Amino acid sequence: MTPTTTTPDQPRSYSSPLPTPRPHLGHALASEWTKLISIRSTLWTLGALVLTVVGIGLLFVTQSVDRDYESISFTTPALFGLMVGQVAVMVLGVLTIASEHATGLVRTTFTAAPDRFRVLTAKYLVFSITAFVATTLSVFVVGIAAMLAHAGSAAGPHAADEWLGAAAGCLYVTLLGVLALAVGALVRHSAGAIAVMLGVVTLPPVIGAMLTVWEAVAPIGRAVLQRNVPVALSQLFGMQESDMGPAPSNLSNLLIIMLITGAAVAASYVVVGRRDV
Amino acid sequence: MIEAVGLTKRFGAKTAVDQLSFQVKPGHVTGFLGPNGSGKSTTMRMIVGLDRPTSGRVTINGLPFRELPNAQRHVGALLDAKAVHGGRRARTHLLSIAQLSGIPEKRVDEVLAVVGLQDAARQRTKGFSLGMGQRLGIATALLGDPQVLLFDEPVNGLDPEGILWVRNLMRRLAAEGRTVFVSSHLMSEMALTADHLIVIGRGRLLADMGTQEFIAHNSAGFARVRAADTDPDGRETLGRALSKAGGRVLQEPDGALRVTGLELPGISDLAHAAGVRLWELSPHRASLEEAYMRMTQSAVEYTSTEDPRAELWEQDPLALPAWEDGPSAPEVPQAGFFAPPPPGAGGKPFLMPSNPGELASTAKDSAEDTR
Repeated sequence: MTPTTTTPDQPRSYSSPLPTPRPHLGHALASEWTKLISIRSTLWTLGALVLTVVGIGLLFVTQSVDRDYESISFTTPALFGLMVGQVAVMVLGVLTIASEHATGLVRTTFTAAPDRFRVLTAKYLVFSITAFVATTLSVFVVGIAAMLAHAGSAAGPHAADEWLGAAAGCLYVTLLGVLALAVGALVRHSAGAIAVMLGVVTLPPVIGAMLTVWEAVAPIGRAVLQRNVPVALSQLFGMQESDMGPAPSNLSNLLIIMLITGAAVAASYVVVGRRDV
Repeated sequence: MIEAVGLTKRFGAKTAVDQLSFQVKPGHVTGFLGPNGSGKSTTMRMIVGLDRPTSGRVTINGLPFRELPNAQRHVGALLDAKAVHGGRRARTHLLSIAQLSGIPEKRVDEVLAVVGLQDAARQRTKGFSLGMGQRLGIATALLGDPQVLLFDEPVNGLDPEGILWVRNLMRRLAAEGRTVFVSSHLMSEMALTADHLIVIGRGRLLADMGTQEFIAHNSAGFARVRAADTDPDGRETLGRALSKAGGRVLQEPDGALRVTGLELPGISDLAHAAGVRLWELSPHRASLEEAYMRMTQSAVEYTSTEDPRAELWEQDPLALPAWEDGPSAPEVPQAGFFAPPPPGAGGKPFLMPSNPGELASTAKDSAEDTR
């Protein structure tokens, strides 16, 4: 395959004994998994997630009595920790890609694997599965502990779909993490991307409250107040705040985050594919 | 085989690489030379698909890099030794890159041994010295055992032993029939390593030829002539005779004359005819370093100016002899840094002119010849 040159003592073109498989997504997944488990920031962020969710959750379980669970579900104690823990998930999402940009590793990666979409897809898959498993495990540990400790008659009836809601809440947090990864891919700067994500989580309640002050935009303000991240999460975990009229359904909350995340992910594919790194 | 055709890259208004066309053939070490900011790294990045060319194309074995079926098995590149996550251990870093292309884990330990990092395999790369980083980068390039290898400044930060190792490694890789493309601004290093040179300046191709040919083409030597001190007028008589015969004569601080444009026998004949006794008549051949400096003078991006503290120095510059009329040496920006001459390049250390201007006329001619 190498053209011959004019020099007579030209050695033959080199051929290597190593196997040459066509690289596929599985290879990239293995590589991303190795990357994820080989740095300490993964341990720190996931550790922080599990510690806050389980720690705060179990603390609540020990301090509550059966009667408290009449109006809330068994998984609600996990919510308080998760409100903090979601930040850890977002940080991990940002670091998954932004740390490669910060260190220049991304150039080594894309030189070894010029099909950037394969690498990016592997990053999304490995991160989202890891984040979902870690979140769900810690939430369910708290939920099961609450159920075992407080399933007395005073707690009232509990339907199975509150567990489904908690799982949807974990999915919600995972999607926030995926959004963080997409923002990280777009911004390429850890601190900047984390700041953006903190804004996404904390600003809507403030802005919504501000908007309700003015008559003209008050409906928009109320809509924002009902659909932002903390409210949606509370609702998925069985805490209804019904002082603002009919609350949006769980499905619509999930749909909103899916649309935003989907758009950001699509944008990240376009930008990463075209950009000079 | 790397082939670039009309490769151009613009960053806004600045053209980093301008209509570059060249071929890098297998079986040789090809040196890629140019001053800082001349577009070497940008060219390398375009070869491996990190940057998109504004126009033109570059192919590897006939395919654009991003269309190679298994890029890592075809091309290995060391572009930036620090392109690793500092928190990851050396071996895990290599493993994660190897897994991307389905390269067996066994190969990771092989390349670690090849670059001599077995003992540092479990260290986090944060603690690596620059030299260890270079070795890790070379290991990454070798992972896929590729036919084409690119190295951007591979000897940066290496100790003399490491430099020797890299030199031998490059030659061995090329001897195995691989294409080895090495960028550097260390001329002396390239003189020893490269068989073929591609020289660029300000993003344009200045030369594409064999190393020996490059030196022959671009090194205009000079003759040093010293008239006997016993005859006070001898020097001036000789100078006039040489100037009249078409030579360019400059006077060195210690009274010797530096002659260009005349062959040694011719100078001897002229001296004999003028009745001047000579104490020295010696040829001075420029090294690759000097040839390169001359060629890239006009293409140097970052030129330094004279330090104003110069008056502290007792400078004794090359003087224009009395019989030469008017200042004739054109002003040329002075290059700021001259590396020492290559060891073993004929064993003759060359005398670097303190003012490059005196060589400018020949430099212009040769630069235009090769373009």
